Amino acid sequence: MGGATNLLDLIKKTRNRRIKVLIAKLGLDGHDRGAKVVARALKDAGLEVIYTGIRQTPEQVVETAIQEDVDVIGVSILSGAHIPLMTKLMRLLRERGLGDIPVFLGGTIPLPDIPKLKELGIRNIFLPGTPLRDIIKETLEAALERSRE
Amino acid sequence: MKNNVETLIGNALNGDRASIGRLLTYIERSPEIASKILSIIIQEKGGGHVIGVTGIPGSGKSTLISRLISHYKNSGLRVAVVAIDPTSPLSRGALLGDRIRMQEHATDPRVFIRSVPTRGVKGGLSFSGVAMIEVFDRLGFDKIIVESIGVGQTDIDIMNLAHTILVVTAPGLGDEIQALKAGIMEIGDIYVLNKSDKPEANRTYAYLDFALETGEIGSEKIKWKPRLVKTSAVMGQGIEDLVDIIEEHLQFIKKSGIYQEKIRVRRRYMVRLLAEKLFLETLENLSDSIEPTGKNIYEEAVQLLKETLSQFD
Ligand SMILES: Nc1nc2c(ncn2[C@@H]2O[C@H](COP(=O)(O)OP(=O)(O)OP(=O)(O)O)[C@@H](O)[C@H]2O)c(=O)[nH]1
Ligand SMILES: [Mg+2]
Repeated sequence: MGGATNLLDLIKKTRNRRIKVLIAKLGLDGHDRGAKVVARALKDAGLEVIYTGIRQTPEQVVETAIQEDVDVIGVSILSGAHIPLMTKLMRLLRERGLGDIPVFLGGTIPLPDIPKLKELGIRNIFLPGTPLRDIIKETLEAALERSRE
Repeated sequence: MKNNVETLIGNALNGDRASIGRLLTYIERSPEIASKILSIIIQEKGGGHVIGVTGIPGSGKSTLISRLISHYKNSGLRVAVVAIDPTSPLSRGALLGDRIRMQEHATDPRVFIRSVPTRGVKGGLSFSGVAMIEVFDRLGFDKIIVESIGVGQTDIDIMNLAHTILVVTAPGLGDEIQALKAGIMEIGDIYVLNKSDKPEANRTYAYLDFALETGEIGSEKIKWKPRLVKTSAVMGQGIEDLVDIIEEHLQFIKKSGIYQEKIRVRRRYMVRLLAEKLFLETLENLSDSIEPTGKNIYEEAVQLLKETLSQFD
């Protein structure tokens, strides 16, 4: 319950600043139900959500983040190729000077892979069943932290 | 941030894409900084051809724009897209999905795509959307394509900022003809019947053709007779025809002097949008603090107006 109040406060706090989030489906799988549900929930929480659609490459995600100048990136992967894809994405982001953009990953990620993914610099990993409220809250917090820096 | 802006503009002019992206963000965030940026970059003689694309929601505007980008790229041109989607008036959030259809161009250095929420109090085009056109213009983009949301205020707004206006419709969207009649049929320089791969397309085409002929839709532009073209954006059909007609229109407005006039109209409109934004935001803030008695609403409204304006003294 305490979580819910916090979230409302956060939403209020961010109401007058624009937070832009990129939601991207990385890799070859074509299921974007989950990504769309998250995109919609973030929109309803007052964020500006850029949605890229399915089958994106790490290069496309990075270029889109640059053109849209987003505050946060959320990636969804269901194909199982999360380690190579995220390794590449995180490297490209650093190379293009975007290492400070918080990146979240969602999808069917086997638990043993999580430490490795966090080592890559991914801020958090949302497994299936994560409440939308948590995703919104962490996204807002990450965006606020970055804009304070 | 001020000194920063000059460096940023310098880097953007040198082609650094992250600087372009950030410059556009500054324009969105603060009218003062936007004004400073424009004072540095605005050129009297705008060079970019601004193409406005409006029409029925779901008629294939974004898919069509993606095809136009491919075509222009192959001709060696640089293309910028301003893709406008509505802001939810309640949550103030927005879901910007036009890019989905254009992502094949995301990594192309000759293309820059930016999504812009409407944000405005009225739900129309925002000041920043128009200001971004000036940035792309200065950065040397040859074609600046603006996708409008195709309903309500933005349709009419697009008249004020585009050199060439495309109105897109498609068969099988139900009452596409009715929707077109309701206003936007008067603003197009070029009418596009997209999704012509669909079986019902011929009937819709015949109707539109007849309607344009008889003047039932389409207005008397200065000697430019609105044109109708059939395309299938998914199949890539009719794109050459469309591009040819767009070029024809461009030549026409250049010869007739409309081209420069439209740039003046666009800038006048940009100033008006900023004035509206400043006024309405201030009005909104002040109106929260008044306690109307109900005895003399008119006086109270005038008082509120005066107070709003006095904030700018
Ligand atoms: N059959 C057919 N479908 C098309 C064509 N062009 C676009 N579509 C489909 O129509 C749908 C909408 O296309 P968009 O390009 O997103 O249309 P839009 O007008 O930009 O949509 P909004 O921006 O949401 O108003 C997509 O499913 C496209 O694949 C076409 O020429 N033929
Ligand atoms: Mg669209």
